Amino acid sequence: MVATGRPSATAAPTTTTPPKVSIAKRIGLGGGLLLALGALAVLAFFSIALGSRSITIGTVFDAFFDPSAISPDLTVIRDMRVPRTLLAIAVGAALALGGTLLQGVARNPLADPGVMGINAGAALAIVTAIMLIGVQSAGGYVWFAFIGAGISTVLVYGLAATGREGATPVKLALAGAAVTAVFSSVTSAVVLANVDALNEMRFWQVGALSGRFMPVFWQLAPFLIAGSALALFAGRPLNTLALGDDVARALGQPVALTRSILFAIIAVLCGAATAAAGPIAFLGLMVPHIARFICGPDYRWILPYSALLGPVLLLACDITGRVVTAPGELQVGVVIGIVGAPAFIALARFRRLVQL
Amino acid sequence: MTKTIEPTRSFRAHRRNRARWGLALSAGLTIAVAVVFILSMTFGSVTVAPIDVVLATIGSPTEKWHTFIIYELRLPRAVTAVVVGLALGASGAIFQRLLRNPLASPDFLGVSSGANVAVVAGFVLWNLTGYQLSLAAILGGFATAAAIYFLAGRGGISGYRFILVGIGVSALMASLTSYLLARATLNDARAAMTWLIGSVGMAKTSDIIALAIALAVLLPASAMLGKRLRVLELGDGTATALGANTRVDRALLMLAAVVLVALATAAAGPIAFVALMAGPIATRISGRADESIFRAAAVGALIVQFADLAAQHVLATPISTGIVTGFVGAPYIAWIIIRANRSGAA
Repeated sequence: MVATGRPSATAAPTTTTPPKVSIAKRIGLGGGLLLALGALAVLAFFSIALGSRSITIGTVFDAFFDPSAISPDLTVIRDMRVPRTLLAIAVGAALALGGTLLQGVARNPLADPGVMGINAGAALAIVTAIMLIGVQSAGGYVWFAFIGAGISTVLVYGLAATGREGATPVKLALAGAAVTAVFSSVTSAVVLANVDALNEMRFWQVGALSGRFMPVFWQLAPFLIAGSALALFAGRPLNTLALGDDVARALGQPVALTRSILFAIIAVLCGAATAAAGPIAFLGLMVPHIARFICGPDYRWILPYSALLGPVLLLACDITGRVVTAPGELQVGVVIGIVGAPAFIALARFRRLVQL
Repeated sequence: MTKTIEPTRSFRAHRRNRARWGLALSAGLTIAVAVVFILSMTFGSVTVAPIDVVLATIGSPTEKWHTFIIYELRLPRAVTAVVVGLALGASGAIFQRLLRNPLASPDFLGVSSGANVAVVAGFVLWNLTGYQLSLAAILGGFATAAAIYFLAGRGGISGYRFILVGIGVSALMASLTSYLLARATLNDARAAMTWLIGSVGMAKTSDIIALAIALAVLLPASAMLGKRLRVLELGDGTATALGANTRVDRALLMLAAVVLVALATAAAGPIAFVALMAGPIATRISGRADESIFRAAAVGALIVQFADLAAQHVLATPISTGIVTGFVGAPYIAWIIIRANRSGAA
């Protein structure tokens, strides 16, 4: 799988330096980013305005611009919907960037933190920390989530990447499925020992944003934001890696070191996201492909697009889940699964479309 | 004249030898299953000597309390392990032979995950019990298997693409299952989660009877059809040219395999990777390419029996059978991947 640039996006697809982007194209892509930012702002507003308690738009503005006002509606907005929306934005960006890095490092169009078992590893580590070691706060168990995510990343990728062909989609998916099966059955076994934990676990396991209040956001935000910021700078090394290990090495990039650093960033992003919202699959799979469709194979553009489109998609799915089954709600993990599984299958069927 | 007869004769002798060897292997595996069956009933909080187990099982116990321990506590579990293992081993072998792919097990084909969702939905949403749940498992398994078959596209199922499709569909099913768990009552969720790990300890009598009847009919039937599988292994084109009605054979075998795995899932939950491992292990033991479905089934039974023995007795507290098979199966998959790496095909 040699990196073949989309002919429309690059004049010379196989040059060794990152492809030159014309000024007009750059302005277009920058405008696209602004557009995505606008969409994110609109969705964030809807996420705050819509919910099982109907709140007028005027009240929503009051909540922000009139700090002295107090009413039940304002409490709902300030204590429940705003943290939820902020968390959705941070988690969406983290998962989308994690998926982009993963697809870039593994040079594999089907790499996804959920399918590859990274989220399952984080979930097992979190459950173990809570149940067996007695860690209570999200800021405490997030460290275990990093370890769990790191272990399963190394395990799955190491298993799939040995051998001449490297990490093919089938080997990655298989290794991920095996690791997920084992990790999640152990997770259930640990949880079954305690009824209270089971009750909490079953709501967390779906992948949901409800019931996350401000403290959870503040505990996890540093990791999500730092991880995302680091990931945004990975464009150049990812572009070089996309040319293949040999070319990257010839261009003077320390391939093994780059990979290890990128994997560490992936573990932080996916571990923190899982600690915040539970194991959400398929978001990290879909967003990079949408971004790649918009801006071509240059990771310096794909990464910022992913960082904006991830929250857009997550918020859209979260709002959908709230509106469709109001006054109850369909957890965001289920909505993403229903949207994402067909996308995964389509990618698996028409692989020629998405060769990396 | 003699020159043409000689090879025929040696060919026949070779065939006869192979048949004898196969028969001996089948007998040996059956005895092994029976021995482990008895042994699995001797261990527990009270040890009952193997001979006493046999006597109590056939109705003339040495001591009165043996009857209670064997019939009430240990026999149901031991029987479940055997029938579930037979069903999983047979269905895995059928899928693997039919699709000519060592990874074509219900674990990856989505049959198990489809049956899971159907059973959890039946249990949580509609309060189904007993045979209704078995039926739900069969329907769910079928629907998912059919969906994957069609989504994988023309000819895709014998390659590797269907595994990707199967994993995608399984992931969707898993997220639906966790949604059902989240909206269930706590008690239902707890029961469903225990069931989802897979354990032979909680099968109900109705499940075991349904599975036993299905095995009595389908195991001999698919073993007979399995002889025709050897023609299928030459590829669809050649098989058709040789006069095999591949369509009907395939459909019937697929039907039998789905029914078996769905009923086994309804009885004991999705016990991971048994169907995946049984066929290849049976092939290893006999050292031949063409393998009887019966021997794969017997190996499946042995795997579940040993896994359940380990699950009950190795750790201080008993764990679920599915965890043990998961821990054995994951390295096996790793080994398949590594082997594929070496040969360069995948």
